[in-house]
Amino acid sequence: MTIKTLTMTAVIALGTSAAFAEEVRVYNWSDYIDEELLSKFEEETGLTLIYDVFDSNEVLETKMLAGGSGYDVVVPSGTFLQRQIQAGAFQELDAAKLSNAGNLWDVIQERTAGYDPNNAYSINYMWGTTGIGVNVDKVKEALGDDVALNSMDLVLKPENMEKLASCGVHFLDAPAEMIPMTLQYIGEDPDSHDPDVIKKAEDVLMSVRPHIQKFHSSEYINALANGDICVAVGWSGDILQARDRAAEAENGVNIEYHPFAEGSLMWFDQMAIPADAPNPEGAHKFLNFILDANNMAAASNYVYYANGNEASQEFLEEDVIGDPAIYPDEATMQNLYITTPYPAKTQRVVTRLWTKIKSGT
Amino acid sequence: MRRAVLIAIPYVWLLALFLVPFFIVLKISLSDTALAIPPYTPTLDFSAGWAGIKDFFSQLDFENYVWLTEDDLYWKAYLSSVKIALISTFLTLLVGYPIAYGMARAPQEWRPTLMMLVILPFWTSFLIRVYAWMGILSNEGYLNQILLWTGLISTPLTILNTSTAVYIGIVYTYLPFMILPIYSALERLDGSLIEAAEDLGCSRLQAFWLVTIPLSKPGIIAGCFLVMIPVIGEFVIPSLLGGSGTLMIGKVLWEEFFSNRDWPVASAVAIVLLLILVIPIVLFQRNQQKQAEADG
Repeated sequence: MTIKTLTMTAVIALGTSAAFAEEVRVYNWSDYIDEELLSKFEEETGLTLIYDVFDSNEVLETKMLAGGSGYDVVVPSGTFLQRQIQAGAFQELDAAKLSNAGNLWDVIQERTAGYDPNNAYSINYMWGTTGIGVNVDKVKEALGDDVALNSMDLVLKPENMEKLASCGVHFLDAPAEMIPMTLQYIGEDPDSHDPDVIKKAEDVLMSVRPHIQKFHSSEYINALANGDICVAVGWSGDILQARDRAAEAENGVNIEYHPFAEGSLMWFDQMAIPADAPNPEGAHKFLNFILDANNMAAASNYVYYANGNEASQEFLEEDVIGDPAIYPDEATMQNLYITTPYPAKTQRVVTRLWTKIKSGT
Repeated sequence: MRRAVLIAIPYVWLLALFLVPFFIVLKISLSDTALAIPPYTPTLDFSAGWAGIKDFFSQLDFENYVWLTEDDLYWKAYLSSVKIALISTFLTLLVGYPIAYGMARAPQEWRPTLMMLVILPFWTSFLIRVYAWMGILSNEGYLNQILLWTGLISTPLTILNTSTAVYIGIVYTYLPFMILPIYSALERLDGSLIEAAEDLGCSRLQAFWLVTIPLSKPGIIAGCFLVMIPVIGEFVIPSLLGGSGTLMIGKVLWEEFFSNRDWPVASAVAIVLLLILVIPIVLFQRNQQKQAEADG
């Protein structure tokens, strides 16, 4: 009896561990990959890929810090990555298993090393800017033909926002990006960690708040494309995807993306392997697959984000590599700023301020 | 012996599914936030033996509850949730009662079909149904298209991402919970009582007001509690249909947990929410008991 039970337990245990090794679980941002790549990965490696999506760094971070997320690959942005590395959430990458790592672009590697020293824990997936998406016709109708579509004035000046409110404005629900942007607008250091400086963003944001229809980090893609809203402060590639969806639907909606003339935030989404990943072996295979120049180019061609893979550039389509909204020219590059993670005390000030801005109390 | 086991089952249930989670949340609410996995300290360390446990308890404090009283966000959110819950319960009653009444007065052979129609929406995922409302209510959505087409309005109405959309979503979602108890109360109603009232000189309206409503009161009360209690803590509907102005405690809790990574404060918010909900739940229980006694 006992022997029988033991054998059965062993069989079950073997069965589950075998089944586990077959799976790679990836947790990436929504609308962030060409889905054909997912089936291509499964075909090439024979592994089963389970692909889930999220739309905010905060959600990912909560899962990482809770532990036992069950994911093998996750994609936090630089500042969040840095803090999660400190919390011990990730494992170091095994360079021997990443034969395609030579494809990485040193220009981006240098910058991401600021978040992940020596890039020991992560590879760059995509990077981009946070700027403004406009429905050109509707905005011109509201504000006149000679309005500057790339100015923060559009979304941070109450007079303008009042006129735009009726056609709909969405802001990202991402305090770690919106508050630096506001500080940049009023001429403060966007990366300030000083609570007194951060509080200066409050008046500006509160003055435009009544005219903001929603704070959300993914709905704006469809809302812009359908013409439900006319302005969104959002991520470069997402807005470019909205532009394409509108063009495909031929609904007469004409979307443009602009980095802010006053300077835009530059961010990096990094692929990393959680410390407790059930299948680190498969995770490395996935990272190496993504590092392949052709695959990375396919992803960028699909989602309109720049990547950190130099070798992929020759496979990029002209409307990606040639678009300064995606691969900014040198002048725009100079105008971009980056941020560093907030310490816990400042984080509370930032979130409280953000709640106040979102809810009015 | 058998009796003891039978009695024990619900208590084990209560212990495993309510008290144990409750004490875990209570414990976290007395901790401090930290950059670690899990993101709070202290964590209980049994390896250090009794000293570890003592050390653990000495580190707990009520700081997070004090925090809740210092910031007006929390009580405003609780208050606003209760307000939204009360208004939407009233609206649900207003819509649900006539439906239940119609069902109870419908010919006997129709009733199972009507009942089926009320329950049918549950066959589709709740999330999909809320998303469907987003499609209906958006600026370019079906409702606006119809209204524009009929010429009733000339510019699209902004309904999605406002409190109106939240009320619509809540009334829609919770309507069956209002209809079913009222229907079951009305169905049991003895029709001859209404005839008697009319014979004694009541108009139909008076008979409805003086006989039908009081006799369906248990159903109304049950329905109202079934709607109000979950609505107070509702998160999905306000976050999908509501806009920046919809302040509800469910959303605040989410923010504390996800944006602030502050599990201790989030837990404190949850404990206070539970205490607020205990009042209507106890009232509901007492009402049910009275009802059972009256029936018995």
